[in-house]
Amino acid sequence: MNSQLLIGYTVRDTFLNRLSGSTKLIGFVALSIIGMVTYDTRFLLGVLLISLILFHFSKIKYHEVAFVLQVIVAFAILNLVMVYVFAPSYGITIYGTHHMILGSPDHYFNLSWEQLFYEFNLLLKYIFAVPLALIFLMTTNPSEFAASLNKIGVSYRISYSVAIALRYIPDVQNDYRTISLAQQARGYEISRKAKLMTRARGAVQIIMPLILSSLDRIEIISQAMELRRFGHNKKRTWYMAQPFKRNDYLALIIIVLIVLVGIALFKVNGGRFWNPFK
Amino acid sequence: MVEPIISFKDFGFQYDSQSEPTLKHINLDIFPGEKVLLAGPSGSGKSTLGRCINGLIPQSYPGEITGSATVAGHDIKDSSIFELSFSVGTVLQDPDSQFVGLSVKEDIAFSLENDERSQTEMRAATKKWAERLDLKPLLDHSPQGISGGQKQRVAMAGVLIDESNILLFDEPLASLDPASGKASIELIDHLARQQNLTVVIIEHRLEDVLQRPIDRLVVLKDGEIVGNDKPSAILKDSLMQQLGLREPLYLSALQLAGVKLADCENIDSVETVAGDNIESALQRWTAGVTLQEPALPTDPLLTLKNLNFSYNRNQPVIDGLNLTINRGDMLSLVGRNGTGKSTLSNLITGFLKLDGGAMKLEGQDLMQLSVKERADHIGYILQDPNQMISKAMIFDEVAAGLRLRGLTDEEVEHQVNGTLKVCGLYEFRHWPISALSFGQKKRVTIAAILVLNPEMIILDEPTAGQDLRHYTEMMNFLEKLNREQRVTIMLITHDMHLMLEYTQRAVVLADGGVLMDARPADVLTNEAVIEKAALAKTSLFTLAERYHLPSALDFVAKFVQTEREVRSHE
Repeated sequence: MNSQLLIGYTVRDTFLNRLSGSTKLIGFVALSIIGMVTYDTRFLLGVLLISLILFHFSKIKYHEVAFVLQVIVAFAILNLVMVYVFAPSYGITIYGTHHMILGSPDHYFNLSWEQLFYEFNLLLKYIFAVPLALIFLMTTNPSEFAASLNKIGVSYRISYSVAIALRYIPDVQNDYRTISLAQQARGYEISRKAKLMTRARGAVQIIMPLILSSLDRIEIISQAMELRRFGHNKKRTWYMAQPFKRNDYLALIIIVLIVLVGIALFKVNGGRFWNPFK
Repeated sequence: MVEPIISFKDFGFQYDSQSEPTLKHINLDIFPGEKVLLAGPSGSGKSTLGRCINGLIPQSYPGEITGSATVAGHDIKDSSIFELSFSVGTVLQDPDSQFVGLSVKEDIAFSLENDERSQTEMRAATKKWAERLDLKPLLDHSPQGISGGQKQRVAMAGVLIDESNILLFDEPLASLDPASGKASIELIDHLARQQNLTVVIIEHRLEDVLQRPIDRLVVLKDGEIVGNDKPSAILKDSLMQQLGLREPLYLSALQLAGVKLADCENIDSVETVAGDNIESALQRWTAGVTLQEPALPTDPLLTLKNLNFSYNRNQPVIDGLNLTINRGDMLSLVGRNGTGKSTLSNLITGFLKLDGGAMKLEGQDLMQLSVKERADHIGYILQDPNQMISKAMIFDEVAAGLRLRGLTDEEVEHQVNGTLKVCGLYEFRHWPISALSFGQKKRVTIAAILVLNPEMIILDEPTAGQDLRHYTEMMNFLEKLNREQRVTIMLITHDMHLMLEYTQRAVVLADGGVLMDARPADVLTNEAVIEKAALAKTSLFTLAERYHLPSALDFVAKFVQTEREVRSHE
């Protein structure tokens, strides 16, 4: 059965696996934010290099993430094309100069080095965060997920709902399959053979029983949790939480330094953009 | 004098959503260290009484309380689920849904996490209870990777870790195979003694629970306590049937042989029941009944040849299976959890694709037919009716299959009404399905399949979660369908009573193939097969052996035959 989610955690013996989930989450969030804000190409290239090196050390195999990578690449390319289509001279506006490759700045469609450079920065932004996200998802035990969310300040009730979702997704998938087949046996056609309307109507026949059986399940789960004292205290501890070790503090210091470099560059550049055209 | 740990005094309860009280004038004292079985038919209020003990009433289910009730010194009126949870550990009916952790160890430690205990403490406690309940090798497993019996042990560890001294079990046997159920009852008994726990078990399957001694049997009916005594005293009155409970089989057999239960001793277990004239009465009875060889159907309907199937390449679930099902068969498919019973039905209905082998329905190759086309010949009824019902009204639900097959409104109405009459649902045809009971809903799903006029239907646990009355109604209905409409019926079941009393043929699955294909009595007297397929020996067999009857097999077969005769005259 296909119970493996798109991206799955597996036990790999690397220093990244041994870092606490909170450290990785903080690192991912902090670097993403600073990377999204800045347009300093030198900084982005530096962070990209770091994230690729980390990815290498994480021992994640290409084939494990191939599908996700392809989807991301496709979206990134689409996005870059659309940015060009809707604002072909945005680079010129930002950098204030125009070094033309094709056409003139007076026409709507033109191609300038400024535009290319701007879109190259965008590309870097899309790329550098991907290995970081994959590292966080694939080297953090799902059980530790909730604990890390809670540690960075998300309420434990919300954090635990992540764990509960991970726990019951396979069950709901199973229910869906069973119900779908039972309805097909009655004669609802939901395969590509049928017309769109028929398929839509068929889908409704599955959703109804699925919602009803999920509601039953939710009632039992919430009773089971309440009977074991979930939700009474203000805080809770986590069996799977990893306490901070030396390496976690080390990693956090490095992350803070990188973020500070990013902020320092705002000062140096006099804004978010590094302008090589001046 | 010892104070009761649980005490109800002229207690009554009415849910806000109901117009009548569910519990009336309950007077019940349970003392520390007692093991109490709370029994009664559906709707008798036994689950409601359980909810009063763990505090779900009145906290999660608001309603009006009369009289008084205290549990471990707390008045339930003004104590929270939180307070009571330190004294009462509850194991719910469905061990799968109450598994809230991502792995076994997290689930066991769940309540300690909520108590903000340190990781060191949690690890130590989890290890201790995992060892006691034999779960140590499973600690890192996910809930999807362990069996129903194991899940239940995890649930027990998760409440025992609180060291509370009252344990409440809500229908612990409902979703387990016979062997796991037996193991579960033994474990509860063992823990109760070892930890000196007060145990309350809510269950209507008396015979299975009574495999281990019970101090007190409390029987509820229509919200009132109608029996509250040692099990033997209540069993002696032989009022089980009137109270809506299934009498243990060995007691039915003794009565059939003319033994007066009032004259017997230690009747709460087949291992101990004794009386002066039991042996002679049984001998006389078995000598006086001639066993008829019933004519079993022989005309092949569905032929399965050398079937192979696996989810993962290296672990075949079905491995070279051969089976012929004859037209008019009423057979049960039994075997250990996860042995491929549902997989086999899914292969037959086309929900799963075969890796190899041939399936023929009266010479026609099933492999050439789609899921929908196969459903015209073979109907499959899921265990949970809520997974099948997609319409709001009964008539529409039953009509759906026909409408999709393009019949005219007149034809649809004619056929649906006919089917509803067969299923005893005609009077309800304009009712909303939500107003029906669980058993009636199940009947609607059967009607929705029958209306397509299949030659054969497969039912997954048709009687799960139903009390004796509903069980009997359902099985008599299926028997009638089989006899009068000539529908071939295959039942997937864990219920040994059902297999023995209502089916003529039992197919036992093990190791991917058919381990045994014989009369149910043959299967349930074959100890090797019982062991291998996780079935449970029937108490009739033990009775026959204890009283040195010439052939245990004949005795069981004769009992079933007599019961069936009595039933057909009713």
